Amino acid sequence: MTKSVLIEKITEKVSRDIGITKKQTEIVIETVFESIKDALIKGEKVEIRGFGNFKLRSRRARKARNPKTGESVEVPPKKVPYFKVGKELREMINKA
Amino acid sequence: MTKADLADKVYEKVGLARKEAVEMIETLFSSMKSILSEGESIKITGFGTFLVRKKSSRRGRNPKTGEEMEITARKVITFKPSLEFKAVVEKA
Repeated sequence: MTKSVLIEKITEKVSRDIGITKKQTEIVIETVFESIKDALIKGEKVEIRGFGNFKLRSRRARKARNPKTGESVEVPPKKVPYFKVGKELREMINKA
Repeated sequence: MTKADLADKVYEKVGLARKEAVEMIETLFSSMKSILSEGESIKITGFGTFLVRKKSSRRGRNPKTGEEMEITARKVITFKPSLEFKAVVEKA
């Protein structure tokens, strides 16, 4: 399932209650995921009750090898995005 | 940041009432939850993919008691961030 299918689904669901266009739904989805990224960049944690939490995890510097040349290179420390699934969702997917 | 903060962002960006913005956020996440519950993965371009993976049952041990037990087959959700997402947070 891609973003465009998600847009269709949500527009269909919400349009019963509020008049919303596909374009608006698209902007909502873009805004949500861009905001999550921005929050993480600023060092904030994002908590979506029932869905899960997003945060950054630190990776230590390490030595690696260029597989082509066999040359040893230093990989600097970095942060990676991490998603921890929420309890409600974790239980939901195992019910079916 | 919580759902309420996300609703504020949506309220600022999209021409929706605050109440409607809240409803949109709720619908977005509940739709994603039901899609994942059906075993389907979700790909958000520029953000990442939520994958549903099936784990088969295996023998495990209760770390507290040392007792051996069966860990039942289950589904788990993993998130694979997009290259773009990884690139923007790398130096954060």
